[in-house]
Amino acid sequence: MRRTQRDTDEAARRVTRRSLFMGGCMAATMAVLGTRMRFLGVEEADQYRLLAEENRINIQLIPPARGLILDRNGKLIAGNEQNYRVVITKEGAGDVQAVLNRLSHLIPMTADDMARVLRDIGRNSSFVPIPVADRLSWEDFSKVALNAPALPGVTPDVGLSRVYPRDTDFAHVVGYVGPVSEKDLEGIEDPDPVLHIPKFQIGKIGVERWMEDNLRGAAGNKKIEVNHVGRVMRELERSEGLAGADLRLTIDADVQNFVQARMGDESAACVVMDVNSGDIIAAVSSPSFDPNLFVRGISSDNYNLLTENDHRPLANKVVQGVYPPGSTFKMVTALAALESGAIDTQTTVRCPGYLEFGDRRFHCWKRGGHGRVDLVQALSESCDVYFYDVAQRAGVGIDAISAMGQRLGLGQRHVLPMSAISEGLMPTKAWKQERYGQDWRVGDTINASIGQGYVLASPLQLAVMASRLATGLMVEPHLVREVDGKPVDRPDPQPLGIDTSKMVVVRQGMAEVVNSQKGTSYSARIANAAMQMAGKSGTSQVRNISAAERETGVVGNADLPWKQRDHALFVAYAPLDAPRYAVAVVVEHGGGGSSVAAPIARDALLRAMTGKLPDPSDYPTNQKARIESMLEGLKLRLPDGTLPAETRA
Amino acid sequence: MSFLEYRVKFAPAGFQKVFYVNWGLYLLITATAAIGWLMLYSIAGGNIDTWARPQMERFGVGMVLALIITFTPIWFWRSMSGAGYIATFILLLFVQFFGEVGMGAQRWIDLGFIRLQPSELMKVTLVMMLATYYDWLDDKKVSRPLWVLIPVLLIIVPTALVILQPNLGTSVMLLVAGAAVMFAAGVSLWYFIVVIAIGVAAVAGVFLARGTPWQFLHDYQYKRIDTFLDPSADPLGAGYNIMQAKIALGSGGWTGKGFMQGTQSRLNFLPEKHTDFIFTTLGEEFGFVGAISLLTLYGLILLFLIWAAVQNKDRFSALLIVGIAANFFLYLAVNLAMVMGLAPVVGVPLPFLSYGGSATLVLLLAFGLVQSAIVHRLR
Repeated sequence: MRRTQRDTDEAARRVTRRSLFMGGCMAATMAVLGTRMRFLGVEEADQYRLLAEENRINIQLIPPARGLILDRNGKLIAGNEQNYRVVITKEGAGDVQAVLNRLSHLIPMTADDMARVLRDIGRNSSFVPIPVADRLSWEDFSKVALNAPALPGVTPDVGLSRVYPRDTDFAHVVGYVGPVSEKDLEGIEDPDPVLHIPKFQIGKIGVERWMEDNLRGAAGNKKIEVNHVGRVMRELERSEGLAGADLRLTIDADVQNFVQARMGDESAACVVMDVNSGDIIAAVSSPSFDPNLFVRGISSDNYNLLTENDHRPLANKVVQGVYPPGSTFKMVTALAALESGAIDTQTTVRCPGYLEFGDRRFHCWKRGGHGRVDLVQALSESCDVYFYDVAQRAGVGIDAISAMGQRLGLGQRHVLPMSAISEGLMPTKAWKQERYGQDWRVGDTINASIGQGYVLASPLQLAVMASRLATGLMVEPHLVREVDGKPVDRPDPQPLGIDTSKMVVVRQGMAEVVNSQKGTSYSARIANAAMQMAGKSGTSQVRNISAAERETGVVGNADLPWKQRDHALFVAYAPLDAPRYAVAVVVEHGGGGSSVAAPIARDALLRAMTGKLPDPSDYPTNQKARIESMLEGLKLRLPDGTLPAETRA
Repeated sequence: MSFLEYRVKFAPAGFQKVFYVNWGLYLLITATAAIGWLMLYSIAGGNIDTWARPQMERFGVGMVLALIITFTPIWFWRSMSGAGYIATFILLLFVQFFGEVGMGAQRWIDLGFIRLQPSELMKVTLVMMLATYYDWLDDKKVSRPLWVLIPVLLIIVPTALVILQPNLGTSVMLLVAGAAVMFAAGVSLWYFIVVIAIGVAAVAGVFLARGTPWQFLHDYQYKRIDTFLDPSADPLGAGYNIMQAKIALGSGGWTGKGFMQGTQSRLNFLPEKHTDFIFTTLGEEFGFVGAISLLTLYGLILLFLIWAAVQNKDRFSALLIVGIAANFFLYLAVNLAMVMGLAPVVGVPLPFLSYGGSATLVLLLAFGLVQSAIVHRLR
C-alpha cells in the first residue's frame, strides 16, 4: 500500500498536535493533584495532624490503691490483697484449646470455665487478654509461672482486690466494696473516669461507701500508642495515681470482736461509746455476714441464705433498727418532769400496780404494785405507774418529753459514715396530727412515758443518751478518728444545760438499778467497786396483751413464738463515779432486759474498761463459775485477726 | 512503511544503539522506583526483606527484560502486536474461567514466580494493536464508521472481560488509553463528543438503576462511590480507607513526620499501605515536599514520553508512545486522585511505587517498547 508524502506529513502533524493536547491535559491534571496535595498537607495539615494523634494515642487509667481502714489501735480492718489471676490471649496461644487443657492440669478449672474462656476469646480481638482464673493461691499461681514456656499466650497477672481480714466483725460498720454498677453511676453528677475501669471496686455500704471520696484516691494514667485494632504498641507517658487515704476508726477491733462473739447468734445490736469523746468503741449488729463474699461476687444461694434469715443478718441494727425503748426511756420522762418543775427530786407517787385513766387501766409490770415510791426507787425498780403519773402532770406532756428525748440524742440522725441511719421517733402532738390526722390523747402520753407506743429509738441513739446522762454534755458519736494520719476535727460537746442536782438523782436511780438489791438488774452488777456500772433495763412489748390474757396470767416469753417475744434492752455506763464508757444493748425478741441484755452490756463495759478479757473476779461471786465457762466458750479471734483453726467453718 | 524504508534512512544499529537509548528516562524511572523501595522499607518497619527486596528483585528482572526489548528493533515488536494481542486475550479468557480469586475478583494466573494479571498485560498489547492498526490504515479512512468500529471492538471486547472479573479500575484504563490512541491517530472529534455524551447518560443510568434488579454495578462498587462522595458519613465502615488516607497525607504537613516516623502507616491505620495506598505513607513521612517531588518525577517522565512521541516520525512508534504515556498517566492520576479523596477507591496501583509484580513488570516492558521506538527512530 502506498501513501503520498503529504498524507503522511499531515497525519504526523495531527499526531503531534493531538499528543501535545493530551500532554496539556495531563499537565493540568497534575496541577490539580498538586493543588489538592497542598490543600491536604499544608492548609488542612493541623486538623489532620490532630486526627492522626487521636488515632494513635489512647489514655489508660491506672487504678489507685484503695486506702486502708484501721481500728483505733492500727489493726487492719479493710486492706488490699494481691489478686493472682491468669489471662490468655489468642494470638499468643495459637491453639487455645490445647493450652487450656495443659493449664487445667495445673490449676483448678471446670469445663464451664473452659467454655467461657473459649467463648470470650471468640468474641474479642486476638490480642485481648481473657481472664482464665481469678484469686488463685500462690502455689497455683507459681505453677503457672513456672510452666510458662509450655503455656504460650498465658500470662500470670497481679491486681489489687479488697479484703476484710476480720470478715464478720465489721460487715455492718465498714460495709464492702463491689464493682461499679450502672446504678452507682446514675447517682454521681460528674463521675470520676476511674469508675469506668472494668471491675473497678467502689464502696457499696458503710464506711466504704460514705468515706468513698477519701478512700478511693486519684487514678494515674498512662498514654499509650495503639494500632488500628487498638493493640498497645508502647507506653508514651505515665503518671502514677494517688493512693487513697487510710482511715483510722474509733472502733477497737478487739472489743468489737468480743461483743460480736458475746452476742452469739442472737438477733441483737450493741454499741459501746466513749462517753467523753463520743468515740464509738464497738458497734455490733448480730448475726453478721462475711463481706468478702460480696467483694468476690456472692452466689445467689449464699445471698438467699442471708435475705431469707429471719434474724436479718444484712441489716445494721445499730443504726437501722428502731425499737420501742421501753423502760430505758424512763430517764427521759423523769428529766422532762424535773425540768418542767412538775416534780422535784423528792416527789413520791403511790403505785397500786396500775393507773386508771378514763375507762382504761394502765398496768405496772409488777401486778401487786410498788407502794409509795420516789424517783430513785421508780427508776431502780422500774415502776411504770410513777411515770404514767408524772407524764400527765401540768407542764409535762408529750411535747416536753419528746423535747427532752431530742436533747438526750433520741429522735434525730447522728451523722456517721454508715448506711441507712434511722431517725427513730420522738412523737409530738403535731406529729400525730400530721401523720394520722388525729388528736394526741393522754393515753398516748402514758404509753410514751415508759417508752412504748409511738416512741422509737435505735441502739446508737440509746448509747448517745446513756453518754449524755453520764456526762451532762451533748456528746455526739464519732466513727472516724484519723483520715490520712490527720485527726478528724471534732468540737467539744456543749453542756446539756440540765441542773446537776436533777442529773444526780437520775444517775442515782440508774446506779441503784444494778447495785441496789431491789434494783431490777441487780444480778448483772459489777462486783469490782472501781468499775461499777449504772444502767437501766427495758423490756419492750411487741404485741398487745389483752385484758383476758391478764386475767388468766400473761404468757411467758419462753412459751411464745420467737417473733412475739419482747425485745430486751439495756443502757448503761461505767464506772459510776468517773464514767468512761456507755453501752446500749438491744436483743430482738430476747425476753427480759435485765436478764438478757444487761449481762451483755456488763461484759462489753468490762471488756472496754479493762482492755482485756473480763476477769471473773470482777463478777459477783455466785456467778464466777458460769461466767468463766461462758468466757472460755467465746470464739474470739487470734491477735492476727484470724479465727482459731477448730472454729473456722 | 516497510522494513526497507527503515533501511533507507539512518537508524542506529549494533552497539551504536546504546548511545541512542534515552538513559534519562531510565534514570527517572529508577529514581521513582527507588522512592518506592524506601517507602516499602519504612512501611515494613525497617525490614528490607518484607517488601523492599522482592520489589527490587522484580524491578531488576523487569529492567533486564526492558533492555532486551529496547535493543530489539521496533518493527519486530510491531509485527508481534497482533500475536501479542490475541495471546493476551486468550489469557484473559483463561483467568475468567480458571483464574484464582483474590480481592473479590478473578484476576491472575499463578505462574509460580509471578502472579500474572493478563488485564495488566492487556494495557500494553491493546495499545500496540491499535498503533499497528492505525499504522496500517489509510489515513483517509480513519474517521469512517466501519474503520472506527474495528478499533472500538478491539478495545471493548477485552474491556468487557475485565469488567466481568470485576475490575473497574483496569477496565476504565483500557477504555481511556485505547481512546487516547484513537484520538491521537486522528479519529474525528465528533465520535469522542458523542461517546462522552453517551457516557454521561450511562452514568446517570447506572445510578438510576441502583436498587433495581437491573443494576449494572456490584453493591460494593456502588458503596465505594457513595463512600467517595461522602467519606465522613461512615468513618468506621467503608469510608475508613479514604478518611485514614487523608489523615495520613494531611498530617504530614510541609516536610512530613520523618522517615519511618509515620504513625498512620506504622500503626496500621492505613489500609493497603504497601500497595494502592503507598502514596499516603510518602505524604505522611515526607510531607508536601515529598509528595510534590514524586509528582515532579512523574511529570518529567510524562514530558519525556510526550516529547518522544512528538519527535518520532514513525506513526506506529508515535501512537505506541502516546498510548503508553496515556496508560502511565492514568495509573498515577487515578491512584493519586483516589488516595487524595478526589476519586472513588478503585484498585489501581501507583506506578513503580506500589508493591506488586504485574504492574511493575508490565510498565517496564512498556517503557522498553518506548525506548525501542526511541532507539530505532528514523533520523
